[in-house]
Amino acid sequence: MLCRRLNRWLGGDESRVDSRTIYVGHRPSTTEAFIPPKFCDNRIVSSKYTVWNFLPKNLFEQFRRIANFYFLIIFLVQVIVDTPTSPVTSGLPLFFVITVTAIKQGYEDWLRHKADNEVNKYPVTVLENGRRMGTESEKIKVGDVVEVNEDETFPCDLILLQSTRDDDTCFVTTASLDGESNHKTHYTVPDTEKDLDSLSATIECEQPQPDLYKFVGRMHIYKTDREPEIRSLGPENLLLKGATLKNTQRICGVAVYTGMETKMALNYQGKSQKRSAVEKSINAFLLVYLCILVSKALVCTTLKYVWQSKPGQDEPWYNQKTQREKETNLYLKMFTDFLSFMVLFNFIIPVSMYVTVEMQKFLGSFFITWDRDFYDPEIQEGALVNTSDLNEELGQVEYVFTDKTGTLTQNNMEFIECCIDGFQYKYRDAVSELDGFSATDGPVSKLQEKAGKEREELFLRALCLCHTVQVKEPTGRGQDHTDSMAGCPPPHEQTGFIASSPDEVALVKGAMRYGFTFLGMESKKMKIMNRSNAIETYDLLHVLNFDPVRRRMSVIVRSKSGDALLFCKGADSSIFPRVRQEEVEKIRVHVERNATEGYRTLCVAYKKLSPEEYARADADLQAARLALQDREEKLIAVYNQVEAGMTLIGATAVEDRLQEEAAETMEALQGAGIKVWVLTGDKMETAKSTCYACRLFQRGTELLELTVRTLEDGVRKREERLHDLLLEYHKKAVQDVPPTKPGGNRGWSKPSQDFGFIIDGASLSMVFNSSESSSSHYKNLFLQICQNCTTVLCCRMAPLQKAQIVKMVKCSKGSPITLSIGDGANDVSMILEAHVGIGIKGKEGRQAVRNSDYAIPKLKHLKKLLLGHGHLYYVRIAHLVQYFFYKNLCFILPQFLYQFFCGYSQQPLYDAAYLTMYNICFTSMPILAYSLLEQHICVEVLLDNATLYRRVLALQPQWPGNCYPPLYSFEDDYNSQHTKMHV
Amino acid sequence: MSKEENTANRPDNTAFTQQRLPAWQPMLSAGIVIPGFVIIGVAFIGIGVALFVTSQNIQVLEKDYTGIETNSSCFKCINPRVKNCNCTINFSLDKLFEGPVFVYYGLSNYFQNYRKYGASKDAAQLTGDLAYFTEPSTSCAPYRKDAKGKPIVPCGSIANSIFNDTFKLFQIVNSRNVAVPLDGKGIAWWTDYNIKYRNPTTNPLKNAFNDTVKPIFWPRPAYELDPTNPSNNGFINQDFLVWMRRSALPNFRKLYRRITEGEYAKGLPAGDYALVIGYNYPVKAFDGRKKVVFSNVSWMGGKNQFLGIAYLVIGSLCVVMSIVMLIVYAKFKFPDEE
Repeated sequence: MLCRRLNRWLGGDESRVDSRTIYVGHRPSTTEAFIPPKFCDNRIVSSKYTVWNFLPKNLFEQFRRIANFYFLIIFLVQVIVDTPTSPVTSGLPLFFVITVTAIKQGYEDWLRHKADNEVNKYPVTVLENGRRMGTESEKIKVGDVVEVNEDETFPCDLILLQSTRDDDTCFVTTASLDGESNHKTHYTVPDTEKDLDSLSATIECEQPQPDLYKFVGRMHIYKTDREPEIRSLGPENLLLKGATLKNTQRICGVAVYTGMETKMALNYQGKSQKRSAVEKSINAFLLVYLCILVSKALVCTTLKYVWQSKPGQDEPWYNQKTQREKETNLYLKMFTDFLSFMVLFNFIIPVSMYVTVEMQKFLGSFFITWDRDFYDPEIQEGALVNTSDLNEELGQVEYVFTDKTGTLTQNNMEFIECCIDGFQYKYRDAVSELDGFSATDGPVSKLQEKAGKEREELFLRALCLCHTVQVKEPTGRGQDHTDSMAGCPPPHEQTGFIASSPDEVALVKGAMRYGFTFLGMESKKMKIMNRSNAIETYDLLHVLNFDPVRRRMSVIVRSKSGDALLFCKGADSSIFPRVRQEEVEKIRVHVERNATEGYRTLCVAYKKLSPEEYARADADLQAARLALQDREEKLIAVYNQVEAGMTLIGATAVEDRLQEEAAETMEALQGAGIKVWVLTGDKMETAKSTCYACRLFQRGTELLELTVRTLEDGVRKREERLHDLLLEYHKKAVQDVPPTKPGGNRGWSKPSQDFGFIIDGASLSMVFNSSESSSSHYKNLFLQICQNCTTVLCCRMAPLQKAQIVKMVKCSKGSPITLSIGDGANDVSMILEAHVGIGIKGKEGRQAVRNSDYAIPKLKHLKKLLLGHGHLYYVRIAHLVQYFFYKNLCFILPQFLYQFFCGYSQQPLYDAAYLTMYNICFTSMPILAYSLLEQHICVEVLLDNATLYRRVLALQPQWPGNCYPPLYSFEDDYNSQHTKMHV
Repeated sequence: MSKEENTANRPDNTAFTQQRLPAWQPMLSAGIVIPGFVIIGVAFIGIGVALFVTSQNIQVLEKDYTGIETNSSCFKCINPRVKNCNCTINFSLDKLFEGPVFVYYGLSNYFQNYRKYGASKDAAQLTGDLAYFTEPSTSCAPYRKDAKGKPIVPCGSIANSIFNDTFKLFQIVNSRNVAVPLDGKGIAWWTDYNIKYRNPTTNPLKNAFNDTVKPIFWPRPAYELDPTNPSNNGFINQDFLVWMRRSALPNFRKLYRRITEGEYAKGLPAGDYALVIGYNYPVKAFDGRKKVVFSNVSWMGGKNQFLGIAYLVIGSLCVVMSIVMLIVYAKFKFPDEE
């Protein structure tokens, strides 16, 4: 199975640390003493605070902010030392700031509590001593037998004990976990008793670990009169929390991991509060201002004592000192004077800036929620802002990490066209002629003469037979018959097909449109209905499974007439060498054209096996299947032997429908100098074709591939091959490219040759996990290659690997701002890891939305979010922050100068009330309004000229604080060309 | 948009929520900037000239009477040990000093803006709250209580150091001294007189000050500050109020009297004058200066040349800049501007 294979690649060594023992249904086995083990409950906690720890924890968090801590210190100094201004002047703003922030964070946490409760209070059914008990999801304990109905998500990780399907399987979709929306088959533990009440068993399994594809366990089944039986458990027995039960009425399973120990929860990353980069640059500003402050205080203190040393100045008769003052130690006096000056000038650091910035962010985020362009009539929702802290970050993004399934694509396969013997057949949606064919182009216009009828039918039969699709049972089959008689396709579309790959379904459906309907399989017999509505049956002899290395699959069937036929479909690169060469050329053209259009292409070939050939193949296959050692290698060898000398019949093109305007959005992002990385759990071919469709890879893009396929080229070890490939690619993409200016990798200059980089999960883990010394070297090479590629595609990623990649880029030189966008639970970790996480309000549950910073209904909205809102907010907040420092510098400078005229006595120039209110209200409101409403360039123009976004980015490095400098040359450029008009 | 019923969540389409509020961004092209600079420059020069001329027309007469110089008539009084010293300063006006004339006293190098000095008073006491008569605020230190522990009213450094020189002005007409009447009414701030400072309601006022002592440097207690006018006593004495309103800079002048009465209401006519000074206030210890200032005012206040000059400078700079820009513009007309 694919899962197992993946395990081996991802997992590394299989060391079993510790194991846990679970008593199924909490029934002690008779032989052992029953000690109920302690496991955590099934509660999911994503909130940060409780009612009890809110105040201390929140205060602690807030005072970790250096500005708040600074004001606290100033406040304390004012309380302790005799200072020119009363403690109220800084205490009040501080209190105001702390309160406002606490209220905001409390509210946000309350929302998280609400969301958690929604999950935790979800009703579930637990079987307890034969009775079905309704309870809440959070009450499930390890060992409970849980019943789950069709289309429900599993409330915790379960071992499948019983299914309503007769073949002891159930179908599951893990779309929200790893993005694969196909149905996966899971098996019940073999030979368990059908009566769960009398089942007495224990499960011994490993401690929870985050790898979704890995599970090792043992089940001991105790029977009264016999020795306990032992069954081994693997990932095919484990139903993961977050996955959804499909096409199976009901299953029962025993909970093995619950709550925060489920694999889904372990794939979450700890939620740490994201800090905006602007806030970091504010801190840099603060430091500069702190230096100004200290130096001012030092100057004043020094001058004070110089001035006082002149006779008559220190203590004139009209201003006698008190007794205490006279007695105080000189150095202590100097120190208190210094502190007093600090207090006097402390307003240079704007207390209320944080409040104003927070208000700006909070209020500003409403404009995102209010934006009608983000409203999607389909789901009737607009954008959602979960964290308002990051508005301006949207304007600085350099890397976008996007999920594929459900984000770039709608995950909705559709059969587009096929090509038989070099003739193109395009299916037109609405117009369907009786036979389903309609001509589009090609040299011959008369359709039936394009390719002989025989070839057509052979091709369609191949489509109908060469797959592992199952027909969804509940639909009335008789109904289908009559419908298909009438020859109208739509009712067929509703026929449920289930397959491990959605494009298989698309192909079967495609064949159906052309009149060949797959009716299902009954005891190894495949039934299809041909164009003349006659039912043909074929004996299914062998299935030569698909695997990503071979990239093809075959079936061997026996037709009524007794011929053994081999049908094979697979990627062009794996089919072409195995067919007769003279057929290849005419089909290759079509395949390549389709591939560049972003369709997923498959070639179909067949071979008629003579009885002797079949007998030999059959024997070989049987032998290989039974082999104990190197079974897989042997099987592959036999497969290769059988799938040779075939005849190419045709090719198909299937479209994974892209999201609306996906290509335009990606193009705009690239135009804005943003690098787009696609991180997906899906197969490489699929992902690659999506990248072509989204124009992330272009016709001229040179693809550098670092995958299991390129690594496995025979003799050498993978590690060596990895090393060679990395070096080779590095040479190509980094060294041979004409050197660009420093900062060139920021998107300023385009390399003359576009490179696209493809890596898969297994190779990535090799890069990351190879031996100590080379690991960092590899990582470095890898990163450099990636940074020089316009697009990077990472496929077969586990959720945590996605986060790993994001983290790697985030921590690379120049710490670029990263953005992750995804829609499923498998994207949550990368959404949390990136500077900005964006959730798509897709169909795969609300996990991503809940954990994201911003949620938008569609991918296309990303463009306006970044190029419009992000750009504006970045400029706005930059002005806001800089204005704050400017005005406070202006505010305090007279106060400083005044000290020269008042005998350095720390006399404030302003009244206390004015000092307090200056920042809080007098000067904060106008700039707040400005920073909410300013549009230096109107949104439409920003959206039309993606390069403007790049200009803002390019300005960054000039300013140490990373904040946008006040000289905005690009605006002037822009203004000289266009006139800004607002309605 | 045919389906309007399903739009409950749809954001409102208002100019505000969609960020389409009307906006205007001036295009700062040469055609706007150069005339703009000219207009601003001309306007500023106009204002500057007006201010400067007005300021020039204000007459100011300053007389330093510290007595540092040995030839000064007040030299004899500079020794603080000399009590009840009077000295006279003569001056002559060769033209009418237009009224109303304001008489100020000025002090130099006197830090009334010193923080500790400024804090040394009890605001509650000065509003006439008797509770603070017996227990003045600690901020009054070191003039809170006298050596015997009796509370000082009014307490604190500011009150203690009240300016106590007196001035009398005479016009010498035919070698005869004619007194010029000095008007001491309404020279304090309205808020000080009516709100910040109140006498206790006790009648007579003297009783409120039982068990208190006068400030150490004062010759008479607060309720006897003005022997000629009983209503000008206590905390609402005009001179006291003027002093209590601290000056912002170490060189300052404070209003002493106005000349508004009788035949001098129109101003001081040309002629010889004698200013008789009751010299009491010591300034030599801290290297201070004392002076008396006669001045009249205009619509823009007292004499202040700086403002007019500042306007003139800025205005001329604007005009110069506009000329420079015009030259630059004429020479290098930007190619993309048709």
